[in-house]
Amino acid sequence: MSQILKLLAQRIALSLLLLFLVSILIFAGTIILPGDVAQSILGQSATPEALANLRAELGLNDPPLTRYFAWLGGILQGDLGTALTSGQSIADAIGTRLGNTFFLAFWAALVAVPLAIFLGLLAVRYRDRWPDKLISAVTLTSISIPEFLIGYVLMYFISVRLGWFPSVAMINDGMNLGQKLNAIALPVMVLTLVVLAHMMRMTRAAILNVMQSAYIETAELKGLSGFDVIRKHAFPNAIAPIVNVVMLNLAYLVVGVVVIEVVFVYPGMGQYLVDHVSKRDVPVVQACGLIFAAVYIGLNMIADVVSILTNPRLRHPK
Amino acid sequence: MTNPLDFMAGRVAAGKMSRREFIGRASALGIGAAMAGTMFAQAARAAGPVKGGTLRMAIQGGSTTDNLDPALTTNAAGLILIRLWGEPLVELTDDGGLQGKVAESFEGSADAGTWRFRIRSGMSFSNGQPVTPADVVATLERHSDDESKSGALGLMRDIKDVRVDGQDVVIELSSPNADLPYLMSDYHLPIQPNGGKDDPNAAIGTGPYVLKEADMGVRFVAERNPHYWGDLGHADTQELLVINDDTARVAALQSGQVDMIDRVPPRTAGLVARAPNINVHKTSGPGHYVFIMHCDTAPFDNNDLRLALKYAMNREEMVDKILFGYGSIGNDTPINASYPLYTPLEQRSYDPDKAAHHFKQSGHDGPILLRTSDNSFPGAPDAAALYQQSAAAAGIKIDIKREPNDGYWSEVWNKQPFCTSYWGGRPTQDQMYSTAYLSTADWNDTRFKNEKFDQLLFAARAEIDQAKRKQMYVDMGQIVHDEGGLICPMFNDFVEATSTRIDGWVEGVQGQILMNATAPLRMWVNE
Repeated sequence: MSQILKLLAQRIALSLLLLFLVSILIFAGTIILPGDVAQSILGQSATPEALANLRAELGLNDPPLTRYFAWLGGILQGDLGTALTSGQSIADAIGTRLGNTFFLAFWAALVAVPLAIFLGLLAVRYRDRWPDKLISAVTLTSISIPEFLIGYVLMYFISVRLGWFPSVAMINDGMNLGQKLNAIALPVMVLTLVVLAHMMRMTRAAILNVMQSAYIETAELKGLSGFDVIRKHAFPNAIAPIVNVVMLNLAYLVVGVVVIEVVFVYPGMGQYLVDHVSKRDVPVVQACGLIFAAVYIGLNMIADVVSILTNPRLRHPK
Repeated sequence: MTNPLDFMAGRVAAGKMSRREFIGRASALGIGAAMAGTMFAQAARAAGPVKGGTLRMAIQGGSTTDNLDPALTTNAAGLILIRLWGEPLVELTDDGGLQGKVAESFEGSADAGTWRFRIRSGMSFSNGQPVTPADVVATLERHSDDESKSGALGLMRDIKDVRVDGQDVVIELSSPNADLPYLMSDYHLPIQPNGGKDDPNAAIGTGPYVLKEADMGVRFVAERNPHYWGDLGHADTQELLVINDDTARVAALQSGQVDMIDRVPPRTAGLVARAPNINVHKTSGPGHYVFIMHCDTAPFDNNDLRLALKYAMNREEMVDKILFGYGSIGNDTPINASYPLYTPLEQRSYDPDKAAHHFKQSGHDGPILLRTSDNSFPGAPDAAALYQQSAAAAGIKIDIKREPNDGYWSEVWNKQPFCTSYWGGRPTQDQMYSTAYLSTADWNDTRFKNEKFDQLLFAARAEIDQAKRKQMYVDMGQIVHDEGGLICPMFNDFVEATSTRIDGWVEGVQGQILMNATAPLRMWVNE
């Protein structure tokens, strides 16, 4: 048991180290960007005095190392700084946005993950027969089409022609859960179609891999039915790779849905980040970058931990 | 027997028949739904505005980085929003004249150097505070202060002094300007309590609505202002959504989630208009797409070459294929009928023979390099390719260099000698010419330096006699048309759409998008 704890501690420490390195990269990246933050805030009409004042106010005259640690210290205390464009606290603005992003990702995952795994199991059960081929064909087609196009097509048929769900997925605090779910129905559908294939194929491949093992043959010889063999013996042993790919897709649902947000006018993090990048609002970009990195690293860490906990070979390393 | 349709129209006008019922009964008379919809709209419009309901619009342009300070507003969502809660001193009328808003009336001195605005008495801001001339002075000060970041600062440069005189506000100019009242109609200049010096983002003004919810770059909700003095604003609630994606905006209108959208892509406007429950409107404005040459850079420093390139432009083809008919042809000046004091000049048309003649006269040999990018105007690379073909017919070889969008405005426009670009236009001829055609203008993107033109510009600015001014603008237009570095093939219309759920669109209103930003205030929800 202590060995597992040690392994887990190692994983978590590694993740934190990685996050620390990423924070250095993000900070360095925004420093080597051409141009001066003060100059880009004040624009062409900047007077030298105004520039000097603003540089002092933003602490741009300090050496980069001092600024980096000041920034990192602030973040560790939950202070992400203030946005240059609006002068508002970034943490407040990001709070709602991040909540919205997680809301959409959560419901998309809730539909997509069980569906993908179920379809994967189904494909294994009917391997190389028509259900398997149909599932593969449909999911591979949907992953091959650019997501904005799927978005537009669904919008045209489901929203404009049939009028079932709204084409604008704008949610706000005045809506109850039912209204919110109705609003995000279309983006959830599109995201499900986009992430389904990857998870389904991985489930199928991982389980098929296990199905070659001798103990599966034993189970079959015991007289277990096809689906029971998969459920009881093959699936538990294939969890690690499946969890890995599920986590990758969850990370995508959080950090990679800018296009979907634009198409469905969803007020999430992506749109917020893009708007601030185009205005060169560096503190916001840094904060968003760090949050995205944390989500990505965090989910991958969970995948690692789950693999360790479910894999007997990792649980009892020689 | 009376005509049953007339009877029904009367019922609609009296508010006793719904749109659905009207169309149902009309179809019983053998009238198609689309036709019946139009007839219903006419009958309802004849009845006049209906109060109540929620008017929902989707606007392009709007970002999470915006704020509510009118001085810093740069985009369409902000423009519409400001007009909901605020009012400037004066506003454009539908035909391009001026009407008083916060100012009841105004008059200029004989030399146009001093202007006096009489402030409407008994007016209140939406927070109940009375509007005083001091608030107006503070507003103008905030936008004309040297440190101001206001988008209207350029308009305010000539203001020397603003002071209160009883119920009047007196503006002294350092150089006379007959157009000053027009400048006061700028959307950055709604009158705010103490000029917004205390809280520029408060969104408190004298407009028909009060802002209730504001989620920058996403959604805004406004409700009727209980202290409003005028007769605009029919819907109880206004909801403004920012939808920057063209397809999503059109789909929101088609699926009935919003009642009004701006910027319908001209390419799809015809398709959108086919739906029975949608009306597409076009409004001509001062915006134009241009090909600009630097008059001081070889080979464009030769007027024969400039003329050759002007004659090589097929303007009708541009309007047809680039604007899909949603626009009008240009005449190598930045001015069209949307400007006050406009007089048409003789139209220049596509003439390969004349182009070839002038090209030969110029003595230039070899290809001409034209730079373009997607964001210089919608369809610019296609327009450049069309121009390449029409110029080739005159024996002029045009090489096209496609530049990246990023950095086009800092590296290519106003830097390279021949490129594509666009102008949104200005409220007056004086403003347009001062911004881009005066020898010393920062944005003189054609490097046009003409002493006679500059003199006329200053003389016209100080001229109170409208007939004389008009003639001066004709002369200036002719100089730019004959000698300038501007090839102006087309003026682009604003293409906008409303659902049949709302009514009251007025055709032919001059100014900015959506009936000069008054469509939400002047249209009403009819069911």
